[in-house]
Amino acid sequence: MALQLFGRTRNLERQVDEFLDVLADSALTFRNAIDTYLKAGPLEKFGEKVEQIVELEARGDHLTNSVELEMYRETLIPDARGDVLSLLESLDAIINAFKGVLWYFATETPNIPDDLKPQYAELSELTCSGVESLVVAARSFFRDPPSVKDHLHKVRYHEKEADKLVTSLRRDIFSRDLQLAEKIHLRFFAERIVWISDMAEDVADDLAIYAIKRNL
Amino acid sequence: MDAAIFLYLMGALFLGWSLGANDAANVFGTAVGTRMVRFTVAAAVCSVFVILGAVISGAGTAQTLGKLGAVNAVPGAGMAALTAAVTVYWMTKLGLPVSTSQAIVGSIIGWNLFTGSPTDTTSLIKILSTWVACPLLAGLIGAFLYKLTVAFVGWAKLHLFRLDAYTRLALILAGAFGSYALGANNIANVVGVFLPANPFTTFGAEGGFSFTATEQLFLLGGIAIAVGVFTYSKRVMLTVGADLVPLSPIGAWVVVVAHSIVLFLFASQYLEHLLARSGLPTIPLVPVSSSQAVVGAVIGIGLLRSAKGIQWPVLGKIASGWVVTPLISGLLCFVGLFFLQNVFNQTVFRDFPYLVSSNAVERLDAQGIDTNSLSELQGIRFSGLSEFKLALSNTDGIEPANVTKIVEAARINPIAIEATKLDVLKRTSLSTAQQRAVRRLAGRSFLHRWMLDEALAMESEAWRSKPLTTANKLYNRRLEDKRRELYWILAKDSGN
Repeated sequence: MALQLFGRTRNLERQVDEFLDVLADSALTFRNAIDTYLKAGPLEKFGEKVEQIVELEARGDHLTNSVELEMYRETLIPDARGDVLSLLESLDAIINAFKGVLWYFATETPNIPDDLKPQYAELSELTCSGVESLVVAARSFFRDPPSVKDHLHKVRYHEKEADKLVTSLRRDIFSRDLQLAEKIHLRFFAERIVWISDMAEDVADDLAIYAIKRNL
Repeated sequence: MDAAIFLYLMGALFLGWSLGANDAANVFGTAVGTRMVRFTVAAAVCSVFVILGAVISGAGTAQTLGKLGAVNAVPGAGMAALTAAVTVYWMTKLGLPVSTSQAIVGSIIGWNLFTGSPTDTTSLIKILSTWVACPLLAGLIGAFLYKLTVAFVGWAKLHLFRLDAYTRLALILAGAFGSYALGANNIANVVGVFLPANPFTTFGAEGGFSFTATEQLFLLGGIAIAVGVFTYSKRVMLTVGADLVPLSPIGAWVVVVAHSIVLFLFASQYLEHLLARSGLPTIPLVPVSSSQAVVGAVIGIGLLRSAKGIQWPVLGKIASGWVVTPLISGLLCFVGLFFLQNVFNQTVFRDFPYLVSSNAVERLDAQGIDTNSLSELQGIRFSGLSEFKLALSNTDGIEPANVTKIVEAARINPIAIEATKLDVLKRTSLSTAQQRAVRRLAGRSFLHRWMLDEALAMESEAWRSKPLTTANKLYNRRLEDKRRELYWILAKDSGN
């Protein structure tokens, strides 16, 4: 019985780790895809990135479902099960958001003026860095709860920077001599990217509480 | 064997059942209540280890209860067990904290009062003080273990799922240890009152495996506890798991371990022997309340977090249990014995005749007791304890402190050793040297039981008690068990 228990445990640990890898990969892919788009537009290479993130999203869904089912079927970690469940769900929602934003880029192909491109690139960089810190924090939650707060600090920092950037970007867009439709379109994409940062920060807030609860 | 004995044993089995239903919840309650361990797994582990603990290590605490009062007639023992069981069951129904130990101690004192037998104050004080010491000790051990465990988990940085798996395994292991300790510590509560009136006989092969009468009685009690675990403890476990201060599974584990350590400390004859041999102070072997050990440990952990965490109402409830439970069971036992004796004409107390024989006077002289004042009682045969005690109290110059010794020396309990009936010795747990000594005494008879003890001690080293030091306690206690076994065989075969 004990062997079976430890076998199952190892499998779950592996799945959770793999899921966090998928999230980190999604952030990398997103950053790459935005860079590609800004440099070359919606060409074949960008399409590959979008396909890649669709696959990652499917894999993430599969892993969360499998971990959740296993946790409930075997009544594992009864005291932290709810927390782990909502953590995985909200991290999975971030992967979905990455996919959603890239999908918007692919289908609506916004026309970003060249001088605004560095700001979009930085926005995507800040967002992805925030999510990457969140992945580290989530890994710590499973192994070393007291260190979670150090990583969460970085998530919050990146979100604040992204917020500042998107405000100045918005001003910049609306001070330009462009059609209102174009302005709104540009703003929409900036806000979509920063929305992922906000999601990461929300998860960070919850994670801080889960970690305190786990501090015995 | 008299079939009626089993009727009276029912009282003890009922007590065992309620102990299984209630106290098993202390061992596995938090584990099952938090769904860390399945009920069937918990019940199976608990049953097996309760029985093992009872049979292997149950004897230590039984001695203390036996000293408190020797309930020496089976119907009386049955009533004592039954009233204790009724008290436990009733108080549980009322939702009051209840301890089987306190109930049975109350019943024994009730029996003592009814029959006019003396209550050994030393044993009583020993028992009462451990009731206070037990939750305190559990709290200290719990707080210390908690600190240690938290530090270890922080250092080991285990994955949440792995920690969960280890905690489950640890809860099962701690539960097994706890069940063993529960069986060892509390079996005396269940069937201990039957020890002086044990209906079983020892059997086994010479020099090999033997299964003593005491062990058989403990096995029966252990099985009753196991039945209680399987049939009724699930509900209690789920309540304990949900009602107690919300604990993390690791906290739950600490509580179970602290509880088990305390129960084990108060039950292990080996530990006592080990401590004594190392010149350390020993822990009295007393049946303690497992519920109070659990509450003590929970409060200990709570205190670690914040001093405000002390639950005064809970402490008040525990303290009220120390008073209310023994009072109720003592009263019930007294009333029950009255009915058993006067309405159902059952013997609730086996009385002995008393005679201050010249042998008895010699023995008392040797013990340094002034026997001059006894001269007017010498040669008079008293039909029972109360009559003899009355005569002693009417005699001038007898110190009250010596009454117990005089009563013991004067008790008539004739034993004849008939050569033709010594074959059964082979089936006892007596050593070959001990058996040989008994055979050498064949044909002799003794008026007082202590005379047989002395004659045996003269015959063989194997029957001699060692000087009264703590290190020798275990040896002497074992020897006392052998003597009791021998009395039983001799009394039975001489038709007594």
